[in-house]
Amino acid sequence: MSGTEEPGRAESSGPGQLSRSDVIHVANLARLALSEEEVDRFTAQLRTVLAHAADVAALDLSHLAPMAHPLPVENVLRPDEPQPCLDRAEVLAAAPAVEDHRFRVPRIGSEPA
Amino acid sequence: MSTAREVAAAVRSGARSAREVTEAALAEVAGRDGELHAFLEVLGGEALGQADAVDAAIARGEDPGPLAGVPIALKDNLCTRGIPTTCASKILEGWRPPYDATVVELLRAAGAIALGKTNMDEFAMGSSTENSAFGPTRNPHGLDRVPGGSSGGSAAAVAAGFVPLGLGSDTGGSIRQPAALCGVVGMKPTYGRVSRYGLVAFASSLDQIGPFARNVEDAALLFDVLAHHDPCDTTSLRHEAPPTLDTVAAGVEGVRVGVCPDLIEGCAPDVAARVYEAAEVLRAAGAEVEEIKVPEFAYGLSAYYLIAPAEASSNLARYDGVRYGLRVDAEDAAGMNTATRTAGFGAEVKRRIMLGTYALSAGYYDAYYAQAQRVRTMVVEAFGRAYASVDVLLGATAPTTAFALGDKVDDPMAMYMNDICTIPSNLAGHPAVSVPFGAGADGLPVGVQVLAPALHEALLFRVARAVEAGAPQTAWSA
Amino acid sequence: MSVEAGWETVIGLEVHCELATKTKLFCACPNAFGDEPNTNVCPVCLGLPGSLPVINAQAVELAMRIGTALHCAIRPSSFARKNYFYPDQAKDYQISQYDQPINADGWLSLPDGTVVGVTRAHMEEDTGKLTHVGASGRINSAHHALVDYNRSGVPLVEIVSEPDIRSAAQARAYASELRGILVATGASDGRMEEGSMRIDANVSVRPVGAAEFGTRCEIKNLNSLRSLGRAIEYEVARQIALIDAGEVVRQETRHWDEAAGRTESMRSKEEANDYRYFPEPDLVPLVPDAAWQERVRVEMGPMPADRRAELRQALGGSPSEAEVDQIRAVVDLGLDSLVLAGVAAGAPAPLALARASNEVAAEGEAGLALPAEAFAALLALEGSGALSATQSKAVLHELVERGGGDPAALAKEMGFEALGADSLAAVVAEVIAARPDEWKRYVEGDDKLGGLFTGAVMKATKGQANGKDVAAELRRLRG
Repeated sequence: MSGTEEPGRAESSGPGQLSRSDVIHVANLARLALSEEEVDRFTAQLRTVLAHAADVAALDLSHLAPMAHPLPVENVLRPDEPQPCLDRAEVLAAAPAVEDHRFRVPRIGSEPA
Repeated sequence: MSTAREVAAAVRSGARSAREVTEAALAEVAGRDGELHAFLEVLGGEALGQADAVDAAIARGEDPGPLAGVPIALKDNLCTRGIPTTCASKILEGWRPPYDATVVELLRAAGAIALGKTNMDEFAMGSSTENSAFGPTRNPHGLDRVPGGSSGGSAAAVAAGFVPLGLGSDTGGSIRQPAALCGVVGMKPTYGRVSRYGLVAFASSLDQIGPFARNVEDAALLFDVLAHHDPCDTTSLRHEAPPTLDTVAAGVEGVRVGVCPDLIEGCAPDVAARVYEAAEVLRAAGAEVEEIKVPEFAYGLSAYYLIAPAEASSNLARYDGVRYGLRVDAEDAAGMNTATRTAGFGAEVKRRIMLGTYALSAGYYDAYYAQAQRVRTMVVEAFGRAYASVDVLLGATAPTTAFALGDKVDDPMAMYMNDICTIPSNLAGHPAVSVPFGAGADGLPVGVQVLAPALHEALLFRVARAVEAGAPQTAWSA
Repeated sequence: MSVEAGWETVIGLEVHCELATKTKLFCACPNAFGDEPNTNVCPVCLGLPGSLPVINAQAVELAMRIGTALHCAIRPSSFARKNYFYPDQAKDYQISQYDQPINADGWLSLPDGTVVGVTRAHMEEDTGKLTHVGASGRINSAHHALVDYNRSGVPLVEIVSEPDIRSAAQARAYASELRGILVATGASDGRMEEGSMRIDANVSVRPVGAAEFGTRCEIKNLNSLRSLGRAIEYEVARQIALIDAGEVVRQETRHWDEAAGRTESMRSKEEANDYRYFPEPDLVPLVPDAAWQERVRVEMGPMPADRRAELRQALGGSPSEAEVDQIRAVVDLGLDSLVLAGVAAGAPAPLALARASNEVAAEGEAGLALPAEAFAALLALEGSGALSATQSKAVLHELVERGGGDPAALAKEMGFEALGADSLAAVVAEVIAARPDEWKRYVEGDDKLGGLFTGAVMKATKGQANGKDVAAELRRLRG
C-alpha cells in the first residue's frame, strides 16, 4: 500500500530527516495552521520522536506480516434490518449552523480530488 | 471506606438507600474536589434520579443489579446521552451526545449511579492529565503531583474516596499508569472484551475501556459487568467467559510467574524494589517464580508512537466544525476546518496528529506505519514464547512515582517514557492490571503490574488478588 | 459523430453502483431515496464521536453477485480508510477497499463482441449530499452549502473497467449492459436519474498504432447514457484539437455541463490528494469461503447474456435480426421467463417472443405482472388457430388489465368464439357461391382475387376467422 493515488509533492525527505517544509505540508493535510514559532518547535519535537523511531525503521522484519488486528476474527456481519434512527431535532441541536434541516457550511472552494 | 461490594450489598438488602449513598458521595465531591479537580461535570440531578429509580425497583421487589446504588466516575471520553462529553478538549466543549456508550447502558442496567464525568488528557493523549483543556487534576496523595494520565480524573476520584468505582480507557497505559500513581487498582482487559461503542476513539486498534477500584475484587466485579459481546462493535469478542469474581480468591498455588527485567530495569530503584518484593509475596503464596527476559518489549515504545498517532490522526479528522462541537468561521469550508481545529486542539493533540499524518503519508507508510505493525507482530510472538514457560508476567507499571505538575510538560519524549512498561500489552491486545504495592522512597504510591495472555482475565485477577493480599500496609491500602 | 481520422479513442469507465439493500453499509439506517433530509441518520453514518461500523451482510451478498456476474475472482478482502476532508464525508475519511478488493480480474462482453476487462469491483460507503446555495447552484459561484447525510453510508460497489473501450458507442453499450446486469442480480434498481448508477469516464486519445496511451482526463458524474456518449464525443474532439494545435492535454478532472454541451476543468488545488490509505482498524476481514460463493451463484440466477442465449436456443439457434432485437428487449424488460413459459406450454417460440416484445412490453409495469400461465394459455389458443391475431391481442390487453384470468373464458366473454373448421368451410362456401365469376378467375390463376375472398370471409365472420386458415381453405378448394 503506497498510501497515495497520485504522487504530487515537489520534494520529499527520507525518513528521519523531517524538515520544516514537511511539517508545514503535514499541517496542511491535517487542516492545522501553525505559527512560525510552532513550526520550529514542532519540527524539533517531532524529529526527536522520529529519531527514537529510527531503531524500529532499521530492524529487518521482512519475515513478519504487519499486524492489523490483535485477535484473528473474520466475517463479522449484521442482518439487513432497519433500526430506529436518531431524532433529527436532537441531531441538529448540536450543529453549529443549520438551514432548511441541513447542516450549513461556508462555500466549498473546490471539489475533492 | 466501603468497598463497591459492600455498598451494593447494603443497597440491595435495604440497609442503605441508593439515594443516601449518592447524596453522601455528592457531598464529598462538593467538599473536596475543588482542590483536586477530578471531575469536569458532576451529575447532581441525574445521579439522584438514577438513585431513586434503583430504590423504586428494590421497593417493587425487582433485582436492581450487582452494582445497585454504587456511585461510579466516568472518564469524559465515554458518551453519555444529553450530558456534556468533552474529552477534555475545547473542540467538544459543551457537546451533548445523542446516545449512550454501551458500557454506560450496561452500568445503568447493573444499577450503578453515574456520579460525574472525569478529567483526562485531551482526547486521551498524555500521561499526566496536564493536557486537559480545562486544567489539570491533582494527585490526592500529593497536591503538587500529577495523578498520571490519561485517565487521571477517574483514578483520582477513586483514590480520593469520592466513588468506589471508576471507568477509564487504556491505549498505552492510560488506566494502569494513573492507577499506580494514585495507589488504586486499574485494569486493561483483553482487546475486544469490553465494547468500544461510545468510547471516543483515540487509537482504534489499541483502545480499551477498563475499571478503577480500591481493591482487586471490586475491579473484578466491575469488569464482569462490562465484559460482554456487543453487536455494535465489530471488534467485540464473542467469547463469553464465566465471572472472574467467582475465582478471584482461588490463590496462586502452582501458578508460574515470570518476573520480567525488561519491564523493571528502566525504572527508578524504589519502584523496582517493590516489584521484587511482590514477586516474593507470590512465591510465599505458592507460585513458581522465575525470571524471564523479553527483550522485544524495548521496541514497543517506538512502534506505539507511530501506530497510535497514525490512527488518531484519522480518528480526529471528524472534528471539523461541520456537524457538532466548536466552529470558528472562515471564508470557505476548508478555511473553517483549519480555523476550528487550530483553535480547538491543544499542543499535544496537534503534535500527535501531525506525527500520525506524517507516518501515513506518501512515501513513508512502509518505513513507519507498516513497519510499526510488524513490530507489533514481533511483540505478540515474543509474548507467545514467554507464555510457553510461564502463566503470567510481573513487572512495574510506571517507571517512577507521581512526578510534579509541570515537570515533563515541555519534554514530550520524557512524557512518552512513562508508558514503556504498559505499552506491550496494548500492542498485543493482552489484559494487564496495576495493583497498589507499597510506596516509593518519597512515600508516594507504587503499583506493580501483572500481565496475562489474551482472554485470561480470571487468572490475571487471581494473581492480582494474591499480590494485594501480601502488599505492605499503607494509608491507602484496600 | 465520427472521430478525426488517424486517432484512436481510449476509454475506461468507473461506475459507482448504489446497492439495493434495506439499510446502509455500516449501520441500520434505512437506505432510501427522497426522504426528508437528515432523518435517516445515526451516530455511525453521522460520524459522531464514539461510533463504530458493522458491515451489512446483504451488501456483501450483492457485491459478490456483481463480482460473479462480471466473471471476477472473489477474494478474501479487507477495508481501508481513504482520508480526506470534505463536508459531505461525515468522518472526513471514507471506508473503502484499497489493496484487497472483494472482486477482481473480471470481464464483460459487449453486443459487438468486444470483451472489456473489469479490473475490480470493490465495496465502499457513499457520502452525504451537498447542495450549493448561490447564484447558479454550481460550486464555483456558491455562497454557502448545505449537507444532508441521508445518503451518507449507503453501500456502493465501484466497478472499474480496463481502458479497453474504444468509442462513445461502446461506452454506452458497456454502461447499458452493466446496468442490465446490476438490475438482473438484484444489486441495484438501475435508476440512474436517482443516482443509483453514476459513471466517471477516463478518456484519452492517441494516434492509431501508437503503443503508449495518451494523457487522460477524468470526466465525473455522468448520470445518463446520453450524457455519457455526448461527453465522451466532446472530450475526444477537445483533446484532438489541442494536440493538433501543438498543445498538450493536461491530466485533470473535468465536469460535464449538460446544458452547455461541454466539459469544464474543475479548479482544484494544484496538489493532488494524499489519501494516506491504511487498513480500517474498526473492521475485520471478509473471507467468503467456497460454500458461500456457491450459494451466491445459485441464488443469483442466470445473467442477461445467459438469458438471451436461452431464448436464442428456444428459437432454434439462428434468430433473425428482428428477433435478436426482440430478444434483447424482452430480457432487458425481464419478460424472458414469460416467453419461456409460453414455449414450455407448446406455443411457437417466434409467436411468444413477438407477443411479449410488442404487446406485453407496451403494457408497461402492468405487463410485468401478467401471470405466465395466462400468457401461455392465450398463446396456445392463438397458436392452434382458435383465436385470430387480432382477437389474441385484445384478450391479452384485457388479461393485463385484470391482472390475469382464463383466456378461453375471457375470449368467450368478449364474444370471440373460436371459429370451428366446419363453420369456416361453410362460410367460405357461401362466399364462393355468391361470387361465381370471381371464383372461376381465381381457380384459373388470378391470385389477387384471394384477397377479395379472404376479406369477404373476414367480414362475414366479423373478424373471428383466422386469416391463415381462410387462405388454406381457399387453396384447398382451388385444388
